[in-house]
Amino acid sequence: MKLVIGIVRPEKANDVLEALYKCEVSGLSISRVQGHGGELDRVQTYRGTTVKMELSDKVRFDIAVSDDFVDPTINALCEGARTGEVGDGKIFVLPLERAVRIRTGETDKAAVTPVGA
Amino acid sequence: MPPGIDTGDTAWMMTATALVLLMTVGLGLFYAGLVRAKNTLNTFMMSIAALGVVTISWALIGYSLAFGDGSGFIGNFDYAFLKDVGFEPYGETTIPQVVFFCFQGSFCIITAALVSGAVVERMRFLPYLGFIALWSIFVYPVMAHWVFGGGFLAADGTLDFAGGVPVEMGSGFSALAAAIVVGRRLDYGRQALLPHNTVFVLLGAGLLWFGWFGFNGGSGIGTGQNSVLAFINTLLCPACTLVTWFLLDLVRGRQVTAVGAATAIIVGCVGITPAGGYISPGWAMALGVIAALPSYAVIVWRPRTRVDETLDVLAAHGIAGFTGILFIGFFAQADWNGISDGLVYGESALLGDQALAALVAPLYAFSATFILLSVMAFAFRLRVTERDEAVGLDVMQHGEEAYVTGEGAILVEPDGARDRNMFVTNPI
Repeated sequence: MKLVIGIVRPEKANDVLEALYKCEVSGLSISRVQGHGGELDRVQTYRGTTVKMELSDKVRFDIAVSDDFVDPTINALCEGARTGEVGDGKIFVLPLERAVRIRTGETDKAAVTPVGA
Repeated sequence: MPPGIDTGDTAWMMTATALVLLMTVGLGLFYAGLVRAKNTLNTFMMSIAALGVVTISWALIGYSLAFGDGSGFIGNFDYAFLKDVGFEPYGETTIPQVVFFCFQGSFCIITAALVSGAVVERMRFLPYLGFIALWSIFVYPVMAHWVFGGGFLAADGTLDFAGGVPVEMGSGFSALAAAIVVGRRLDYGRQALLPHNTVFVLLGAGLLWFGWFGFNGGSGIGTGQNSVLAFINTLLCPACTLVTWFLLDLVRGRQVTAVGAATAIIVGCVGITPAGGYISPGWAMALGVIAALPSYAVIVWRPRTRVDETLDVLAAHGIAGFTGILFIGFFAQADWNGISDGLVYGESALLGDQALAALVAPLYAFSATFILLSVMAFAFRLRVTERDEAVGLDVMQHGEEAYVTGEGAILVEPDGARDRNMFVTNPI
């Protein structure tokens, strides 16, 4: 059981979702985050004030999956989020100690397996 | 003031001009709310730009092409570069020509801005500026001349009070052509592309309705009976469209929608635009109901097509303007307008004149805009790159964002030698 965290471009978030649904990963959370991963900074000007934007908008996926689903999830994130330019994002895989489905009290693998799967 | 000037008329027309100018800002807000957050500023700027670019085109040549004597098709160069536009009244009017020039110019500005609704979220800004500059020379003044400047439709007896031909059908069918030439957005038909701020949409629609009292109420070029008739009709007709839209929404989706309400206000205002000074208040209410139907149908149908006429300018303006123009042919009433009766009141000739306008206006608007943009497409890249479209036009075209938080923004000292190395990207 792993927690897969994917940080991707906002404009690729829909492609990632599509790729995840295709490999039957349907339990996930997303949040809007700001970050910096070495891509080029953008210069913006507001009246006399010129700034460079060090942080870019990104979308973060948090996906808890059973071991069989770790590779398909990573592949889907890569496939959906890749443009080939700096700033496509990162994937982090963390071990997961415990998971509980609140509605039923199911734990671990049962909790991260979608209903009906 | 020279003889023939009426101070009351002049005062109202100056006020009405200012009201119409506010409509363009309202339109920018309306359009900005309908697009995605990353394109807010670019969309708003397309309307704001018309205030600058089109005003200049209008002063240099547009006004003269619309209101110079010329032929039945187009005016001439008599008033080019504002020559002879002074304190003397224009034609039969009772206001100085300088005021008349401003009032008519405000129409050209908003009409050009309306067309932008077809190309938002993917057109480059500089070619857009060129497009509206040329469009307000080759397209709008021609159609304005037909009905306002003594052109062939006016000579035939076509009634168009405030611009069903040049403004509404002119913008609507030009928008269709522009959408086809520029092409659809990359995500169109693949992803849900939703309005990002419906409050803007409602406020924009409200400002448009407010300004429309100057637009229609001023189109009698004074304070005569036709003007006050248009004024009450501008209240009644959109109100009926709004409630009709509620019912259509309820039947179709069991809920009344806010974006639908904003759209209905526009459709009602457009419907009454050509008819305002010519039909009774009772028939204006009927027009409000009737105008909702074809526009609603087109709005439901259009997204199922491959044409990404993004903000439905055709449905809201082209189709509703078409409905209004034809409606006059049936329900115009000489008792109210002092000019002519429609079919229902025993006069059949008017309907033919209205039908002619309803035929030639869409044809000219569509083909002229199609040709203009197609020629421009040879010389310029009209669209942003795929990557820029994905990131958003606010950042990529203007170097600004509508909803910037300032987090992660590092101040760059202007012209500081040390900081020049910090520009790790090409300024956009």
